[in-house]
Amino acid sequence: MKKLLIHNDKVPNIHTLDVYRAQGGYASVEKALKTMTPDQVTEEVKKSGLRGRGGAGFPTGMKWSFLAKPEGVPRYLVCNADESEPGTFKDRYLMEKIPHALIEGMITSSYALGAKTSYIYIRGEYFYVARILEQAIAEAYAAGWLGKNILGTDFSHDCHVQVGGGAYICGEETALLESLEGKRGNPRIKPPFPAVAGLWGCPTVVNNVETIAAVCPIVNMGGEEYAKIGIGKSTGTKLISASGHINKPGVYEIELGVPVEEFIFSDEYCGGIRNGKKLKAVVAGGSSVPILPTELILKTAKGEPRLMTYESLADGGFQTGTMLGSGGFIVMDEDTSIVKNLFTFTRFYHHESCGQCSPCREGTGWMEKILHKFLDGTANESDVDLLWDIQSKIEGKTICPLGEAAAWPVAAAIRHFKDEFLEIARKKKFTDVSHYNRLNKISA
Amino acid sequence: MKVTIDGIEIDVPKGTTILQAARMIGAQVAPPAMCYYSKLKTSGGYCRTCIVKVTKGSAQNPNPMPKPVASCRTEVMDGMEVQNFTSPEVLEARKGVVEFLLINHPLDCPVCDQAGECKLQDLGYENGSAKTRYEFKRREFEMIDIGDKIKLHMNRCILCYRCVKTAEQFTDERVHGVIHRGDMGEISTYIEKVIDNDFSGNVIDVCPVGALTDNTFRFKQRVWFTKPVDAHRNCPTCSGRVRVWLKGEEVVRVTARKDEWDEIMDTPDGKSGFICNSCRYDHKQKSDWVIEGPTQVNRHSVISQNHYNHLNELKVQVMKQQKALGFMPLDKKP
Repeated sequence: MKKLLIHNDKVPNIHTLDVYRAQGGYASVEKALKTMTPDQVTEEVKKSGLRGRGGAGFPTGMKWSFLAKPEGVPRYLVCNADESEPGTFKDRYLMEKIPHALIEGMITSSYALGAKTSYIYIRGEYFYVARILEQAIAEAYAAGWLGKNILGTDFSHDCHVQVGGGAYICGEETALLESLEGKRGNPRIKPPFPAVAGLWGCPTVVNNVETIAAVCPIVNMGGEEYAKIGIGKSTGTKLISASGHINKPGVYEIELGVPVEEFIFSDEYCGGIRNGKKLKAVVAGGSSVPILPTELILKTAKGEPRLMTYESLADGGFQTGTMLGSGGFIVMDEDTSIVKNLFTFTRFYHHESCGQCSPCREGTGWMEKILHKFLDGTANESDVDLLWDIQSKIEGKTICPLGEAAAWPVAAAIRHFKDEFLEIARKKKFTDVSHYNRLNKISA
Repeated sequence: MKVTIDGIEIDVPKGTTILQAARMIGAQVAPPAMCYYSKLKTSGGYCRTCIVKVTKGSAQNPNPMPKPVASCRTEVMDGMEVQNFTSPEVLEARKGVVEFLLINHPLDCPVCDQAGECKLQDLGYENGSAKTRYEFKRREFEMIDIGDKIKLHMNRCILCYRCVKTAEQFTDERVHGVIHRGDMGEISTYIEKVIDNDFSGNVIDVCPVGALTDNTFRFKQRVWFTKPVDAHRNCPTCSGRVRVWLKGEEVVRVTARKDEWDEIMDTPDGKSGFICNSCRYDHKQKSDWVIEGPTQVNRHSVISQNHYNHLNELKVQVMKQQKALGFMPLDKKP
């Protein structure tokens, strides 16, 4: 299996510039600045078919080409390192182990976009990662990779790390920009999109950590070569943060197109379900994407094996499919209570809703309270229909995607595991047999 | 630019939003708006009551928009087709939004000074359902004191951000804002600072609900027992054009003049109609004002009822309504 992003993560002291450089680091900066024009770099990224790794999967080359380029107005590149989706921890691994991979990508991408300044907005809980990045940036400045006239060319670039306050909503790109400007992290109403008016009203590109890091191998090997990895429109490699009831949780770099079954059960990756239990359900791309039961995650509704690609996971729409999302792969064994899991997710979204628009502000709290009734064993059968109705009234009615992120898991859990809800409502009792009994005493 | 809303076509200038175009056509197609305020820049987009369905994006790109959009923040395109009251989907979604706005609202209308001129009452009456499906304790905030002129009831707030934007755009200094987040977000000043400057009282007029009310009018009168008259005085600070609310010969309160969309009117010569605190609080004598004549109040407004001549008829109507809703009859106690 080909690894492009974390192939050298086990090399001792890879976080230092010297070791990183000895491993072939910063080659993309040299190649881009010395032999390519900015437009050529953008063209290579377009050819590579790279898609945003933050969750939405929007083609990166296209996003870059949307960037408005008016005369005399600065442009910015902002790296979204506010990785807060429950179940996703790939960016942290990358930044913690190989900080220079991100900085190299920032320089190359900024060159392509013509940005003289770039920002890495990192979530507050990753303060120690921010220190690692700051150290790496200082090294890069000292070695002349950042600052004025990089490599003797007339391209100058400054990169800054900004630590956020630790709010999930600041991972939404416009809320991130608000927060970066020093304001309350409320999402902006679009349009205008950041490509036209972003940071301080200037054209801005916001990309995920992994997306920016992936620009380096694309420039090094060429866009066409990169596009050969993967299947169809899902090109290249992807970092997957695997967690849950598996033998080997952790961050794995996969070539897009690996069958889900192989990913869960092969020893190269997750190594199967722990304690010899059976698989019950999988949340394939971070907590906000729909949960799928075993039969639908391993095979699509048509009976074809499901692959780890944007298209295959989304096959069947939300009726029988899900999304690759940010790659937060959460596996649940047969003892897991879907209701309790859903409660945990919903509690998170209730806590993280910014409160700007009413459906999300009020609806998430309401859903959490109803799910709490299920855990108390006081819910009625009609509460399942009520939950369904509430989520349908949140979805698509909000300013930013947080409303959808809160509604989708509820919809999917009811769609695929309605019996579990009804059973609790009928028995008027919630019994949890999972290993996580210590979490039994959840207070609202 | 031509835009069609609920089958009615209108020609509007570039940059007009769907909501503004709908208001130009008239009240029969205008979506309700709780947070949008045409006099305040960047307002709107939060409450989601004004959502509409765009069935045709524009003449060039006739595809419908995938999701319902907030009409107050979406600009029209040439050839756009919009469905508001004709789309059952929109009405259902709006009903949902109204329900969300009401689940944590205390519904203390009987003791609320805003009752009778409250936008949330109108909205609930037009789009809400008669019974609630919410069975939990409603959210409560601790009362904070923001001075002797303005009374803040955070429990009633729907977080429309209008008062924040008013303070930012019409006063020298904004000392209040939204603190905390999500459904615990609240309007507050920094460590209970007093809101006090020449134009602070306008936050009362822009508040769509009873969250910000006039402290000097508190519990004085129900609005429908008072008589609004348009009046003016020579004011050095503001336009001096106000609405004086009379009870007999007594001036019970002074507000700015509002138009049919419940927004503060500009003066005929195009100046801002926001009034200063001196007009609002310090001139409570009828002799302070030059009365122009009674205010034109919408016939359907409870304020125009003013006098209950047909009390028996009204009682029968109320009983009929309550019977239809399945409530206990008015004169039979449980």
